[in-house]
Amino acid sequence: MTQVLDKPVGVRAPASPAARTARRRAALEWVAVHSLGVAAALFFTLPFVFVLLTSLMSDSQALSRDLIPHTWEWGNYRKVFDTPGFLTWWRNTLVYAGLGTVLTVVSSVPVAYALAKFRFRGRNLSLMLVISMMMLPPQVIIIPMYLFWAKQLDLAGTLWPLIIPMAFGDAFSIFLLRQFLMTIPNEYLDAAKVDGCGDLRTLLKVVLPMARPGIAAVGLFQFFYAWNDYFGPQIYASENPGAWTLSYGLESFKGAHHTDWNLTMAATVLVMAPVILVFFFAQRAFVEGVTLTGVKG
Amino acid sequence: MSTITLASKRRRAALRTAAFMSPWLIGFAVFFAYPLISTVYFSFMHYDGFRPPTWSGAKNWTYVFENYPYFWPALRNTLWLVVIMVSLRVLFGLGVGLLITKIKTGTGVFRTLFYLPYLAPPVAATMAFAFLLNPGTGPVNSILEKIGIPAPGWFNDPSWSKPALTLLALWGIGDLMVIFMAALLDVPQEQYEAAELDGASAWQRFRYVTLPNISPIVMFAVVTGVIQTMQYYTQPLIAGKVASGVIQGAGTQFEPGYPEKSTLTLPQLVYNLGFQRFDYGSACVVALVLFALSMVFTAFLMRRRGGLNLAGD
Repeated sequence: MTQVLDKPVGVRAPASPAARTARRRAALEWVAVHSLGVAAALFFTLPFVFVLLTSLMSDSQALSRDLIPHTWEWGNYRKVFDTPGFLTWWRNTLVYAGLGTVLTVVSSVPVAYALAKFRFRGRNLSLMLVISMMMLPPQVIIIPMYLFWAKQLDLAGTLWPLIIPMAFGDAFSIFLLRQFLMTIPNEYLDAAKVDGCGDLRTLLKVVLPMARPGIAAVGLFQFFYAWNDYFGPQIYASENPGAWTLSYGLESFKGAHHTDWNLTMAATVLVMAPVILVFFFAQRAFVEGVTLTGVKG
Repeated sequence: MSTITLASKRRRAALRTAAFMSPWLIGFAVFFAYPLISTVYFSFMHYDGFRPPTWSGAKNWTYVFENYPYFWPALRNTLWLVVIMVSLRVLFGLGVGLLITKIKTGTGVFRTLFYLPYLAPPVAATMAFAFLLNPGTGPVNSILEKIGIPAPGWFNDPSWSKPALTLLALWGIGDLMVIFMAALLDVPQEQYEAAELDGASAWQRFRYVTLPNISPIVMFAVVTGVIQTMQYYTQPLIAGKVASGVIQGAGTQFEPGYPEKSTLTLPQLVYNLGFQRFDYGSACVVALVLFALSMVFTAFLMRRRGGLNLAGD
């Protein structure tokens, strides 16, 4: 004990046996953790690699058990784009996801703002109902919703039954934005009020610029929700291939080319690629959004 | 005079709240309350979408519970998925979250690689897995056979189809990893130091410091996992369709839950009853069962003590 205390500060003592085992243990732990990390990385990335490799195989090789293409068939991707309908599905997906995202953000922000910053009777009840809506499987209300859009408004075979509701606030987006707006200190709002800003001005000029990361997260989630949505287009657009989206059309792709795994996998890559590309540009917004759902209660 | 201004002030505040809330108020009424009430109404009607609905009493209910051969298998599958898939997802997510906090070199690269599968569109991911796990041509089985492990039939074998879906779900663990990582980094460092001074082993530190600190997040992951399982639709449907070789739009009726009803979930029944058999009334019965189950778990999530305090300030 005294020995340790007597040691001059700043001078490295000759390694004691105890320190050496500690350092060795740390090195071992480093190796163990990183080998586990590599193993996990293989589990998460190999499926992508195999899909990519298969998408570049010839028709016959895709049916074999080979893992690596003999010849690299980049033309597979051209064949996918030449498939009738494929470009239409892209356009439909962009319309559904793009328009849906804009409408969702515009309609959800004021609601989230009210729930986060206004004091009114029924606020907690409203919030609980928002959460309930968020948790509701879409299949619970699909029968009356379908009958409403198809029989009363005659909009079956289009994506409008999916886009229009987004102009009336989306529960998940409202909840996420509300969580984000709660973190903005009230002092900013009070200061704006003292300066003579009305509620709308305060929202537009003070709150929105500060909420940009939250809005980006909500926008991205909504965009990918629409991009990934299979059930919605299946219900409303299935009878009209001109209204299909990528996620819905992708499955039929397998049908158009029965066992052409190479083309099917090439199409799969083309549906995944935009999502992954956008992620690399907007990593922080994604992670922010995911954390907001879970941690900051 | 002051009372008048106070009253008008209050009215202005109420108007302001109503204006800001109006998109959601309309959305709630039109896209939630009205269809929910209609679902209850239709569950007591016979309706095929062509002839006007007629009152049928409890007929749809007895049909679904007693004569519809898909209902109980679907409920059993849901229970299997809730117990096994959700708990494995939480355990694996926590494990990967722990691992990522321990990794000191190349953290960003590892985190990105672990997160990416979460982003893959479900249809694309399921089609990719149906190919990877294809018993005949898939790379997974050809590797397994090369190293001498008997290769399972995955999505073509009723006893392996749910484990295959679970594997797909474990692949997409990215969201849980991020949530657990944030929670683990929030655990006060002093508590670890104190535990270490007391001579606690690594396991004891995890058991008595880490777990109590992150238990609300574990709870959150379990309950949201259960709710997600109530909505589990695209993956089992696509897996079954691809494995059975059904071609979309070619007139072949898809046998729900291929193989042998092993991938059936409740949301699939709503589609099957409503949009393939045009029995909207019975579809609404299944929808209400789904609603009841989801609301039980949502209520659990919103409980003030225990789960996350989602509604509080």
